[in-house]
Amino acid sequence: MGRYVIRRLLQMIPVFLGTTFIIFAMVYALGDPVAQMFGDRTPDPATVARMRHDLNLDKPLVTQYVLYMGNIFTGDFGEAFNGQKVTELMGEAFPTTLQLTLVAISLEIVLGIGLGLLSGLRRGKILDNVVLIGTLVVISIPVFVIGYLAQYFLAVKWNWVEPSVSADPTIDEMILPAFVLAGLSLAYVTRLTRTSIVENMRADYLRTAVAKGLPRRRVIGVHLLRNSLIPVVTFIGTDVGALMGGAIVTEGIFNIHGVGYQLLQGVVRRNSPTVVGFVTVLVLVFLLANLIVDLLYAVLDPRIRYA
Amino acid sequence: MRGASSAKWVAMAAVVALAATACGGDDDKDDKGGSSSGGGIVSASWTDPQKPIEPANVNEVQGGKVLDMIFTGLMEYDPKTAEAKPAMAESIETKDQQNFTIKVKKGWTFSNGEKVTAKSYVDAWNYGALIDNAQLSASFFQDIEGYADVHPEAEGAKAKAKTMSGLKLKDDYTFTVKLSKKFSTWPQHLGYKAFSPLPEAFFKEHDAWLKKPIGNGPYKVDSYKKGTGMKLSVNKTYAGEDKPVNKGVELKVYTDFNTAYNDVMAGNLDVIDDVPAGQLANVDSDMQGRYINQPAGIVQTITFPLYKKDSWGTKDAIKVRHGLSMAINREQITDKIFSKTRTPAKDYTSPVLKTGGYSEDICGEYCTYNPSKAKKLIEEGGGIPGGKMVLSSNVDTGSHKLWMDAVCNSINNVLGKKDACTVNPVGTFGDFRDQITKREMNGPFRAGWQMDYPLIDNFLTPLYKTKASSNDGEYSNKDFDKLLDQANAEPDTAKAIKLYQDAEKLLVKDMPSIPLWYQNGSAAYSDRVENVALNPFSVPVYQAISVK
Repeated sequence: MGRYVIRRLLQMIPVFLGTTFIIFAMVYALGDPVAQMFGDRTPDPATVARMRHDLNLDKPLVTQYVLYMGNIFTGDFGEAFNGQKVTELMGEAFPTTLQLTLVAISLEIVLGIGLGLLSGLRRGKILDNVVLIGTLVVISIPVFVIGYLAQYFLAVKWNWVEPSVSADPTIDEMILPAFVLAGLSLAYVTRLTRTSIVENMRADYLRTAVAKGLPRRRVIGVHLLRNSLIPVVTFIGTDVGALMGGAIVTEGIFNIHGVGYQLLQGVVRRNSPTVVGFVTVLVLVFLLANLIVDLLYAVLDPRIRYA
Repeated sequence: MRGASSAKWVAMAAVVALAATACGGDDDKDDKGGSSSGGGIVSASWTDPQKPIEPANVNEVQGGKVLDMIFTGLMEYDPKTAEAKPAMAESIETKDQQNFTIKVKKGWTFSNGEKVTAKSYVDAWNYGALIDNAQLSASFFQDIEGYADVHPEAEGAKAKAKTMSGLKLKDDYTFTVKLSKKFSTWPQHLGYKAFSPLPEAFFKEHDAWLKKPIGNGPYKVDSYKKGTGMKLSVNKTYAGEDKPVNKGVELKVYTDFNTAYNDVMAGNLDVIDDVPAGQLANVDSDMQGRYINQPAGIVQTITFPLYKKDSWGTKDAIKVRHGLSMAINREQITDKIFSKTRTPAKDYTSPVLKTGGYSEDICGEYCTYNPSKAKKLIEEGGGIPGGKMVLSSNVDTGSHKLWMDAVCNSINNVLGKKDACTVNPVGTFGDFRDQITKREMNGPFRAGWQMDYPLIDNFLTPLYKTKASSNDGEYSNKDFDKLLDQANAEPDTAKAIKLYQDAEKLLVKDMPSIPLWYQNGSAAYSDRVENVALNPFSVPVYQAISVK
């Protein structure tokens, strides 16, 4: 098991190098950030040349990449468009987004698995149908519609919450954005859990457990739920990465200065240090989340072993 | 106990994951950005300026807002009439329109207690012009003698001097400026914030200054957290007349201006100075009159690549350009597509100039929709060069695709052809500007111009003078250049404006670009504040906003 984890961690190095290079090349392909800084005014060539030189833009792509990576290994991720250090930006954005993601994931786990379990156990009953229709509705409405509607009615119309999140957000401010962010995944988790439960209800080992006369709590909690969770865990694991990087819409609506917003700014302003830096960290998050998911399989299913 | 030992490894991997993601999650700074600001503080929407805030390095409105609040230069522009009037200048005298003696008022200090002297200006201007500092607005100093030495034209050339020879200190409060040629209205440029004075602290502790800029304006910066916002309070040592009536301003960075708009409605934010397009339909009922919409110093035009000598650069093409201008139904487009947040253009300047050179009838019939005459003119000119034209613009902002389609439809309807005019959407603004500066445009393209200072000269010289910095269509007319030179040498302002307008009339005759419309500035505000107004630059006049 230990060797397996170490091997997986080592595998991350080439993936890390490859992704950073691809991202770097793609941002490079977006074009020259300098001309854009002058707005509609035509820049004078001397100033432009000086700026390009300062940003290493006058060198070939590969040289730029090597210089950039050299800096990264000394802990220097470069500067964002407004002169702020990218590491500083990450230090502000990642905790904020992490907070949002954790609230969202908790909602997914508690509500998603809970509802899935209930409707799976009561298959065909009213509750099951309500959950199925409700999740279908959530899945079919785009996030920004839900976001703006929630903001308009809950905050502007009825004044229950503030429309935007403050600069140093607290957990309770994050609940509404987290609901909007998690909405889609929540629906998937619910449906996934429900299907899994329904399937396993007819499994032999469950009938055995019931026949043994085990108490219902134990049958459901240990035998049924634990075995039904494998696909759900896979989904939630990958969702952590997706939620952290893909919260652009939700972060925009609720004025959360997190990863998605900073990434978008980086792309709009063509600032490669911001984009590459943030994506690099996101790649690491994805890789580690996947590793954890794989390891969790062994916890949930005794038949799976890693050597 | 398989489960237990696996769980141990999961936990360890989780620790690695947390260490990787949560690194640098340093503790909060002491300045907590509170959500609602009470006690006479005005909260306003903001987005992050694209460059660090230095007077000569800010060329967009978000950084400009801050400069407006924390700096007062020699001149300032009246928020209502856009007229340039002395602020820190005791007097600016000249006999030959080329050598100026500037006396600076005494008794002004920066918010750190340092005195504002003539040296504060001379040092700041030399800093802004020097190529080593790569300031975005360096070209504003180009009229001063010796600019070419500190800021050589050629790429990669080194500066020959550190300071401009045209700037000389006389005593603590007097300095002289020698321009490279006559320029009578030059002192009126000095209200532009690139000409602000800078304290010693700027040069000595540059990084600290950037973190917390120090100026001599009505407000001072209390805290600045990049990406989050800025808090400003009243500068007690401010020696100007327009002292703030509120206790301070809090600028809040918004990810999305729709959110800011909702915050205004919920009473969470006081002023939003750019109402998002999606809210225009309901802004009147939402804000109940607390909405401002007025022309700004921004004019949108369609510029022709006159450097294409055999198509758009020919003599006959002038008639075609006139015809195309008359084929565009400006009223309908500004109404339907922009919900009246654009005003149809009637000249090459902007209505914010009021008495400073704006005229409603300079463009006359050529800027008025007249389908039959338009068709006739285009046909007389030999039709659109090549039979088809492609109109280009970036489409990443500002509903450019929508109005371009409308303009093309308007032209096609007039000509009775389906595809005489088509649209070429360019993905990003940066790409679009690249193509323009490399002179790769084969057809007409969008050109927007936002004024730097409310003077008619600023709408003509940089855009249409031969080889001027933003003359992207490469228009060149000797008579036009001559009139501008005459206007620059004319000591009497009224006469100078008249000469500029004469030059503008030549533009109408040649039509190197078609004026489309003036962009409006907009703002909405909560019922907690009063006296919200926009200045000629479409920035709220923060000093005048009172809190109920």
